[in-house]
Amino acid sequence: MKTSQDPMTPNLFQVQRIRRELADTFTLELTAESNNEFPFLPGQFNMIYLFGSGEVPISISGDPAQPNRLIHTIRAVGSVTEGLKSCKSGDMLGIRGPFGSAWPVEQATGQDIVIITGGIGLAPLRPAIYHLLANRQRYGKIVILYGARTPADILFRKELERWRSRFDISVEVTVDQAVSNWSGRVGVVPKLINRADFAPEETTALICGPEIMMRFSVKALQERGVKEDHIYVSMERNMKCAIGFCGHCQLGSQFVCKDGPVFPYSQISSAFRIREL
Amino acid sequence: MGKTSGGRAILPAQSLQTLIDVVHSQGYRLIGPTLEDNAIVYDDLENVENLPLGISDRQSPGNYRLEDDPSAGYFAHVVGPHSWKRFLFPAAQKLWSATRVDQGFSIQTPEDETKLAFIGVRACEIKALQMQDRVFSQGPFTDNGYGEKRQNCLIIAVNCSRAADTCFCSSMDAGPRVTEGFDLALTELQQGRHDFLIETGSANGEALLKELVTRKAEDQDFAEADAQLAATEASIQRRMPSNIPEVLERHLQDEHWQTIESRCLNCSNCTLVCPTCFCSTVEDTTDLTGQHAERWRYWDSCFNTDFSYIHGGSIRQSGAARYRQWITHKLSYWHKQFGTSGCTGCGRCITWCPVGIDITEEAATFCEIDKRS
Repeated sequence: MKTSQDPMTPNLFQVQRIRRELADTFTLELTAESNNEFPFLPGQFNMIYLFGSGEVPISISGDPAQPNRLIHTIRAVGSVTEGLKSCKSGDMLGIRGPFGSAWPVEQATGQDIVIITGGIGLAPLRPAIYHLLANRQRYGKIVILYGARTPADILFRKELERWRSRFDISVEVTVDQAVSNWSGRVGVVPKLINRADFAPEETTALICGPEIMMRFSVKALQERGVKEDHIYVSMERNMKCAIGFCGHCQLGSQFVCKDGPVFPYSQISSAFRIREL
Repeated sequence: MGKTSGGRAILPAQSLQTLIDVVHSQGYRLIGPTLEDNAIVYDDLENVENLPLGISDRQSPGNYRLEDDPSAGYFAHVVGPHSWKRFLFPAAQKLWSATRVDQGFSIQTPEDETKLAFIGVRACEIKALQMQDRVFSQGPFTDNGYGEKRQNCLIIAVNCSRAADTCFCSSMDAGPRVTEGFDLALTELQQGRHDFLIETGSANGEALLKELVTRKAEDQDFAEADAQLAATEASIQRRMPSNIPEVLERHLQDEHWQTIESRCLNCSNCTLVCPTCFCSTVEDTTDLTGQHAERWRYWDSCFNTDFSYIHGGSIRQSGAARYRQWITHKLSYWHKQFGTSGCTGCGRCITWCPVGIDITEEAATFCEIDKRS
């Protein structure tokens, strides 16, 4: 048996806790069987293997300052993620990673930060938010703009409410479809950008959500004068290997797995202009 | 393995078996061209009679035929449907297996210590191996299986004595002369005789040559070899325009993609015969007991709709988008990803396309479109 670390061979992690977030979304808390810490950068992802079922690329949604627990927030949309949803504490999963590029939280020091996200897109941004808040004095204004389909689909609701209660950060939440007891905003996320309070020429924007939402968000940011290379987007593509071997995640000349998933918009703007690239 | 390292000799063709024997005696699994199902494929060679002596091939878009040719030597054929990637990056490969234990499962990775030797490797195929090296062993991650096999691989190359109608290696700077990346290079000489001019390209090759009974190579041997290669090169009809990487990127939304789509069957033959295409998928399985699981890697193709599937649907729904992905990856994006083209000019994709779509013709069309725009 080969002991050298093959990048295609998973490491074993044990489920410590599973937390139901929404009807179809849950968070797994894992620890390495080796008890090693799992350092990662905000925005990076892992390949999670469910015994005999398959492997899926999932962003890390935990706090990078707490590498002893590996946190993943997952929406059940396919056979593997449905299987993961029925995990119990004590179960073992395979983990390969962390892979990919990170949100530019260091380069953005001194800047205003605008976080624009929709649906499950908040999960890969949460590590960045933890980092920004833990180092609050290093940044200018911090704005979080979040959209969900309905009030029942608002992810990390308690945390959003907690962040919103702070005086040093502004949080706006909107829903596509309201219900009778919703008195918050209704509409799509990009519409919030116009009214948000930040200095465009000194702003770094971090965006993660459906591609259509990211496209309109970039447009709205550009209209306000945010520089193209200060806008970062996290892309999603099919992935089988996460290390640039399988070819599935190509987006023009970029491999989303190893060149991304977080890209400066200037690096992949053509991907937003060309259909089926 | 580097450039020609100096050793040169003549091996009479009737002694070719001794070369095969020496390679076997060093513990290699020797693979070379052999006849099967009316095609020349790469498979295990036991002895010299497995080589396709006296057989030549005729190739054109969508067409491959073998013919008996009493004057044809052992390596008179040109590349067939196989490429060497099938041995270093197998079409189906078990990556690991896992077994349930009390608290979860344990993972075992298979070991394969077979040393491979390839005979009959063309210049374009050496180039292809080097292109796959860049993908699998020269990036931030190394594919363990590929890297080890490739490192220990013995390459006995062959200079092409003729070109197929579909060849265009000369315009890809990939042949027909073997210049580097080999242990031994053979040139089959048949003017009034049947000999091999052997050149060495590595210390391994030098050592092999010493095991053989050869005679000194003379000026006339080199002259004959050079003239043969020059004639091969002169006979190459097809070419790839040198500005194609930029041209394709300038016309990603041209309507000519739809014209190609109307012909393309999306069968994925071109990607499977391509010696550099490296895309793969993985499959996770369990047995009926649920106690044992395996992960297999299989060749995949960007022509499959599922290839680009993410939750909600596939990104590349149309055949036009999938053909565009293949050709722009090969000819344009590869340069940005790996610092080289992904095409060697071997012509396999032209021959094995059931409807005869010709990559050089499509490239030329885009160059015309570019000139007009």
